[in-house]
Amino acid sequence: MSAPAISWRRSRPWALPVVGLAVGLAFLWPYLVMLLDAFRPSEDVVQTPPSLLPRVWKWSTFGEVLGDERFLAWLKTSLLVSVASTAIVVLVAVPAAYATARFRFPGRMAFLFVVLVTQMFSPTSLVVGIYREFFSLNLVNTYLALILTNAAFNLAFAIWILHGFFSSIPVELEEAAELDGCGRFATLRRVMLPLTLPGLVTATVFTFIAAWNEYVVALTLMLDDTKKPLTVGINSYVTGYEQNWDQLFGASIIAIVPVVILFAVIERHLVGGLTAGSVK
Amino acid sequence: MSQPSTTMTGATGKPAAPVGARPRGRRRATVRGRGAISPLAALVWLAPALLLIVGVVLWPAVELVRASRSRYSITGLRKGPAGWDNFRNVLANDSLGTVLTNTVIWVIAVVALTIAISLGVAQFLTKDFWGRRFVRWAVIVPWAASLVITARLFTLIYSYYYGSINAVLLDLHLITTPIDFLGSDKLIMPSMIAVGVFVSIPFTAYVFVAGLGAIPTEVHEAARIDGGSPWQIWRHITLPLLRPAILVASVMNMIYVFNSFPIVYTLNESNPGFSHDTTITFMYKLAFKSAEKDVGQSAAAGLFNVVIILVAVLVYLRVTRWRDQEEQ
Repeated sequence: MSAPAISWRRSRPWALPVVGLAVGLAFLWPYLVMLLDAFRPSEDVVQTPPSLLPRVWKWSTFGEVLGDERFLAWLKTSLLVSVASTAIVVLVAVPAAYATARFRFPGRMAFLFVVLVTQMFSPTSLVVGIYREFFSLNLVNTYLALILTNAAFNLAFAIWILHGFFSSIPVELEEAAELDGCGRFATLRRVMLPLTLPGLVTATVFTFIAAWNEYVVALTLMLDDTKKPLTVGINSYVTGYEQNWDQLFGASIIAIVPVVILFAVIERHLVGGLTAGSVK
Repeated sequence: MSQPSTTMTGATGKPAAPVGARPRGRRRATVRGRGAISPLAALVWLAPALLLIVGVVLWPAVELVRASRSRYSITGLRKGPAGWDNFRNVLANDSLGTVLTNTVIWVIAVVALTIAISLGVAQFLTKDFWGRRFVRWAVIVPWAASLVITARLFTLIYSYYYGSINAVLLDLHLITTPIDFLGSDKLIMPSMIAVGVFVSIPFTAYVFVAGLGAIPTEVHEAARIDGGSPWQIWRHITLPLLRPAILVASVMNMIYVFNSFPIVYTLNESNPGFSHDTTITFMYKLAFKSAEKDVGQSAAAGLFNVVIILVAVLVYLRVTRWRDQEEQ
């Protein structure tokens, strides 16, 4: 073995964690800046010349935000809309993905093609149409409109991921379950779903994050301040009239936490799920 | 779309799979498990999905088409049919050429840089080292954070007066006067691209981590025994095997980056006109921010957007022979 290879072997145990720290910081630094900004009075955030550390430390920001009724209302909307639209996506995508993976029927390819095309439609390009539809249905400013929109525009990705998973599970497994006396739905629930768990987790995480961070449709549809989700609501901490940068950033940090926890808990499943449908 | 290559049904409508060798009882199960069913039976499984797609994706699309053929008052009231006027007006907009050029630069630069950097990040994240879990969580954060907030955060970080980038560069005496990242015509696009890449890496890196995980370790061992250098192994073994993941990541990123609204909209907010807009923010400004507040024109621009990304992705899939890859 060559000399560099040996010295690499020796330095590896400490070199990799050091690089790891650098990589971690490369992704975290803007949010560390944000955290520091949450711990200083708003005037200090926008002062020339800038200082990296707060000139004055302010510890009450998170208490203020969590005690703000508007913030709690936005948080409630975000949680309600994200959880509901994720639940709808999973419940609707599973049968569609299962049927297209397992059965052959006229219109199957057409359906999959339509799903692929809707993946390319973004709520942003369609926002005028979305507004007009819900206006004519008298659903502007309702949670239902936001939930349905988030569910519909994330459905395509979920169907494709799950379709890949269902396709990759051998039919024989299902046959065995059926021979053992499982009905079709029992087979789906007891045999197929556990095996597609990584795909389900992936679809869940993607839909949840997309719904949690959706902006343009919520901005257009939700007129009541109390019905806005976090992404739209917290912007009113910094407007032309009042500037509470500390509260904006404190609220933003709180908004990141649920998603990162969700990630930390299911990261292992997620990595299995991202390309299992397409990488064979 | 090419022909439905995955269809297993023979000419008689029975499965073409080799069922002959199996016992009779299992053959029925095969028909059930992988069989042909009537469109009506299929509808039972697909109905909820079709309802959502038709009700909340296609209906707005139809509304968008109708809006694009209508004339609106500045307050958004429909005044009557407009024929093709809205489309003509969009095409005649002086800024259209600039906006299209911006969009092409924005999408290609962000997607290409994202893919290249994510390959390295993913390679690193699959190595085994102390603290890897924490690094993986850290990489997730830009994805978990709302794009609007990340964009607002970067308007501060980039700021001429109180931005931390300028603060650090000034402290290190690398520059003597602050850099106007968002106000300079030369710097704003690279500044926006940097943020675009930053927020796109987490998703992309995770697609690659999954792709790397799918490559059997034996392949790399064999190549090493054959005396391949690390670079040769990566270039000739890893990269080709990662192709499906790269395809998935680039298509998804193309769609996301093209449709990305908050970064360009927020970082570019202080600049007047359309000189640094992409087609998505251009469309939004036509409806809600321009002097005319023209819903009809905005709808027409929205339709152009849908068509542009549709054609771009289909061409990309064609060029990269996506289907061939799927069939292997």
